Amino acid sequence: MQRRELLKMIALVTGGAVIGGEFLLTGCSPVSNNKEFKLTQDQINWLNEIAETILPKTNTPGAKDANVGEFISTQVRDCYSVEDQQVFLKGMDQLEATCKEITGKPFLNCTAEEKTQVLIKIDTERKEWNTEKREEKHYFQMMKQLTLFGFFTSEPGATQALRYVAVPGRYDGCVDYTPGDRAWAS
Amino acid sequence: MAENQYDAIVVGSGITGGWAAKELTEKGLKVLMLERGRNIEHVKDYVTANKNPWDFPHRGSATRDMREAHPVLRRDYPLNETTDGMWVNEQESPYVEKKRFDWYRAYHVGGRSLLWGRQSYRFNQWDFEANAKEGIGVDWPIRYNDIAPWYSYVEKFAGIQGSKEGLEVLPDGDFLPAMEMNCVEKDVAKRLKEHYKGSRHMFIGRSANLTKPIQERIQCQYRNRCWEGCPFGGYFSTQSSTLPAAMKTGKLTLRPFSIVKEILYDKDKKRATGVEIIDATNNQTYTYQAKTIFVCASAFNSSWLLMNSATDIWPDGLGSSSDALGRNVMDHHFKIGAGGVIEGYEDKYYYGRRPTGIYIPRFRNIYNDKRDYLRGFGYQGGAGREGYGREIAELQIGASFKEALCEPGKWTMSILAFGEMLPDPSNRIYLNKEKKDAWGLPVLEMDVELKENEIRMRKDMADDAVEMLTAAGVKNVHPFDWGYAVGMGIHEMGTARMGRDPKTSVLNGNNQVWDAQNVFVTDGACMTSGSCVNPSLTYMALTARAANFAVEELKKGNL
Repeated sequence: MQRRELLKMIALVTGGAVIGGEFLLTGCSPVSNNKEFKLTQDQINWLNEIAETILPKTNTPGAKDANVGEFISTQVRDCYSVEDQQVFLKGMDQLEATCKEITGKPFLNCTAEEKTQVLIKIDTERKEWNTEKREEKHYFQMMKQLTLFGFFTSEPGATQALRYVAVPGRYDGCVDYTPGDRAWAS
Repeated sequence: MAENQYDAIVVGSGITGGWAAKELTEKGLKVLMLERGRNIEHVKDYVTANKNPWDFPHRGSATRDMREAHPVLRRDYPLNETTDGMWVNEQESPYVEKKRFDWYRAYHVGGRSLLWGRQSYRFNQWDFEANAKEGIGVDWPIRYNDIAPWYSYVEKFAGIQGSKEGLEVLPDGDFLPAMEMNCVEKDVAKRLKEHYKGSRHMFIGRSANLTKPIQERIQCQYRNRCWEGCPFGGYFSTQSSTLPAAMKTGKLTLRPFSIVKEILYDKDKKRATGVEIIDATNNQTYTYQAKTIFVCASAFNSSWLLMNSATDIWPDGLGSSSDALGRNVMDHHFKIGAGGVIEGYEDKYYYGRRPTGIYIPRFRNIYNDKRDYLRGFGYQGGAGREGYGREIAELQIGASFKEALCEPGKWTMSILAFGEMLPDPSNRIYLNKEKKDAWGLPVLEMDVELKENEIRMRKDMADDAVEMLTAAGVKNVHPFDWGYAVGMGIHEMGTARMGRDPKTSVLNGNNQVWDAQNVFVTDGACMTSGSCVNPSLTYMALTARAANFAVEELKKGNL
């Protein structure tokens, strides 16, 4: 996806992190059209639950407050290739199947602990998958990166979880940082 | 004067077209500026510039529809949601790639001056001498001293921030106060200086961003989104800078949607008499007359216009008598470098989004250094703290994962090399008469590739990056090569080079077409060699110099 390239270039030539940004920035690329892709409101709610488990509400808003499920659906619909859309859709079923295996319940009926347990197992599988450098992307790579991207660029994510200053007005290249201070948004 | 008669016609409205219009009108000429695309009005038409990240439905990502509409642009970062609509319609304006060539075009008033990277460096004395010394291409007809006062002239008006370093390899200019390096960059610069005993340098990237208000323009507000147009006029573009100056004279007519089809040539007088255009809104043709014509249509389109003109006299077009027209295409080859993590600054951060990085000027093949290739490269780069996109080994999901991502990550430092590409006559563009654009005009075909010299240089570009970062205390340094295709530098140069001899060059030392001395080409097309520094500042200086010369010649009755 070109945003990946854009971010890399901006980061590089203006100062900013490139190394370590790779996880978020892997994404779709081949072009082929599918205007049919559409998720139901139930599926969007389900994605919001997944996203909230990844980035829950703490003393700052969580993924659901930012309606990340809706953003994920838009992104997969408009930016993903048909092949990636299929991986994503199949992934939604696979996630449910894994959840039933572990808890005997659908994801939405799980307790918060069970949801966390299921997603940690799947995330571990994703990491192993990436280490093996398989051709096909792991579906949870997609879900997790869209969750992070969608949340931290949303209004609640950027302005409350992170710090956002629309017009900084000046540049200070060396300010003190204390652990707990929030990172700058975009 | 009749309605379609002007003192000068400027073809194109980007960086060089804007400068030509400003200089010629300020010297009293009545000027017509022709732009093939739509108008974009300063501030008013910067439609995304005040949006927040969450106002973009795809948060800046290119959509599948955008990628389908832009088979070339989608190859790299310029295609994204923030600049959607600022790039050429590839269906209307195709070209042919005999070999892959990535051509990123912006067809609207202001051209790529709205979208450019703003890095602004002077060529050095050696850049103008190297061709002659090494027997490459032809000799530049000018030397550094010929252009130095014009660099100063354009720097003062454009507003270039930077630090004075006193280096022969990258001459100082008339700068606005420099932007600041951050704490890590300052220390890396210090360590490089120590390690290489003062023979390698790193300082803030010189850029056309204001650090003080000039003209009607407000200083940079550190939003780092220049490519969307700046509501403050904080960076140099046609719209923020040269166009208002030209308009103020009351002598400029700007005509958008005007595709210049050919330069009209009077073979008896050996002079151009005007141009014929197609109005893109109604497909009608119109002619305009002028005493002099400045061709500033961007390197390849300027050469295209010459190729499509006076073909009854020269089958390959105006300026083709030497066979140099269309040859010696150059770009800057890049996308290779290294990066790593730097420790010990966990209690430091920065405020504001600086629109430039650091610069490390060329150190190869100067003074006593001798490599197995000619010329050299410089680095752009910078240091910053990782953002929310990072993997955190011990945390996978949940509250503590989220809280960790809400804080900045490790400091990283990366540098990216930009290398010089030698002029080579076999790297060329020419008209493909089979394929036509939406207006029935022939299109360009590209036959360009990196040659041996560049390929050898690329090894050093990666190796030196690793060595320098390691020497500066950066940990876990790894080289990267993102894959460069010719054109990706968006620094197209050559195809109508300046020279000393009409038999081997298209333009003389004043940017006049040898075969039609009232036609000037002052954009990237005129470049005799490419240096490794970003070229736009040199185009500005050459344009101002040529415009001054043209007006003097007009006064003397020589044009």
